[in-house]
Amino acid sequence: MKALTIRNLTKTYANGNQALKGIDLSVEAGDFYALLGPNGAGKTTAIGIISSLVNKSGGKVEIFGHDIDTDLDAAKECLGIVPQEINLNLWETVGNTMINQAGYYGLSGKLAKERIEKYLRELRLWDRRNDNARSLSGGMKRRLMIARALVHEPRLLILDEPTAGVDIEIRRSMWNFLRDINAAGTTIILTTHYLEEAESLCRHIAIIDEGTIIEDATMSEILRRLRREVFVLSIDGELTEAPELRGFVTRLRDDGELEVEKGPETNMNSLFAELERRGVRVASLRNKANRLEEMFMHLVESKGDAK
Amino acid sequence: MNLALNLVAAKTIIRKEMVRVLRIWVQTIVPPAITMTLYFIIFGNLIGRRIGTMDGFDYMQYIAPGLIMMSVITNSYGNVVSSFFGAKFGKHLEEMLVAPMSYATIIIGHVAGGVLRGLLVGALVTVIALFFTRLEVAHPFITISIVLLSSIVFSLAGFINAVFAKKFDDISIVPTFVLTPLTYLGGVFYSISMLPEFWQNVSRLNPILYMVNAFRYGILGTSDIGIGQAYIILFVFVVLLFSGCMYLMRRGIGIRE
Repeated sequence: MKALTIRNLTKTYANGNQALKGIDLSVEAGDFYALLGPNGAGKTTAIGIISSLVNKSGGKVEIFGHDIDTDLDAAKECLGIVPQEINLNLWETVGNTMINQAGYYGLSGKLAKERIEKYLRELRLWDRRNDNARSLSGGMKRRLMIARALVHEPRLLILDEPTAGVDIEIRRSMWNFLRDINAAGTTIILTTHYLEEAESLCRHIAIIDEGTIIEDATMSEILRRLRREVFVLSIDGELTEAPELRGFVTRLRDDGELEVEKGPETNMNSLFAELERRGVRVASLRNKANRLEEMFMHLVESKGDAK
Repeated sequence: MNLALNLVAAKTIIRKEMVRVLRIWVQTIVPPAITMTLYFIIFGNLIGRRIGTMDGFDYMQYIAPGLIMMSVITNSYGNVVSSFFGAKFGKHLEEMLVAPMSYATIIIGHVAGGVLRGLLVGALVTVIALFFTRLEVAHPFITISIVLLSSIVFSLAGFINAVFAKKFDDISIVPTFVLTPLTYLGGVFYSISMLPEFWQNVSRLNPILYMVNAFRYGILGTSDIGIGQAYIILFVFVVLLFSGCMYLMRRGIGIRE
């Protein structure tokens, strides 16, 4: 079953800006999907169209088989949206924000109360239910937007940069929460600029740039295609120059650490064998950059070069 | 359309609107009460005593229905325009737009909020009026139906204003330059029979004249216009304005990109 099907979706704004140039996307029910792309790539426009906040210029969108042109209310019932910008009524209390959202989806009485308590507790906002939204911290506001989007228990949850500006601890707890609701059956589509977030959470990835999808594959497939990785090695002792290692490109950094670039044809065992042969002892090792970030930059830059 | 869902959603919007009105009561309820008290003191008591009677009633008694209607109109309009534009400006209108309720529900919920505030303030002004004069309702059904229909008309008008408004200035232009002059020239303070024939005919183009006079007829039993005409005009405005609101919502004008 497809949670989301997008066919040839186009959007041209009144000022002539062509934000989407005919994108196709297919998200399986239960998937955890990342929609990545640089600023202005078209991610938020695509989400706006899916959630019916932006009029499309052409193409089809179906949410769990419900066409947004012909069966919009049924499509909306399946969908929960956490937008990029804070769009809470800041003068409303946390509790009233949830009560209103439940009411907009036809939930009232005991069921609404149970859901509101459940999600406010899960997102650690229950103690703040009588406080105005404006008194919440940035991270709490983001959590309230997630709780609000979940009150009708949507089958598809779309989060547009939900962890922007959120500290590491809260970000990690939000990741765990999202993993849990995904494991419980909710399909999740996530846009984020934190690529380690996408790598950690998502099983599928689409990369959108300048209104077109330039990559759409499973996370493991994308990482397999990664052409090159750079590792930073802390060395026991001091190196005066970068050792020559067969099959690797090396560089000695100003801080004394050794950078090693590894291609797809070599492996880590041969790297360590080479280092051993030269008597270089490695204290620790880390990726210079997030693997997905490297892939992302490679794809976006190569698209730019091709033009 | 899921009727049960839409009923709950409409109730939710009305509740939200009433919570808002009561939360900011210093802005929503107190100012009209003070303004109308001043009108009663200055126009009704101080100046009115020198004017004498109008259409056989004390001047204070004569202007009371018009002042009540004026407060209903301005508060109904003001509630919807400020609440809906505020939601649009603060982007929390999106909460409603992404939900599976119909556009009619969004309109009806906000209009009901406007009507409730209009009636609340109208009731308060009536109580204030009773400190200054005696009011007996001559035709209760006409009084209630006219005040309700007028409140609905101006709530719908406020909704359309909010849809088109892009900045806060845009929500004060219509009340300042259209609504207030039309209300003052709508027979609140005088009978149009006092005007030359030409200006009487010009006055008849003002829809607020019909609302004020029909309401006055409901309370005092006197009017410058036919009550049937007032009902026709009110029904036509309700249908036209509601259709206009639905058209704007469906097309997404002012609310969707």
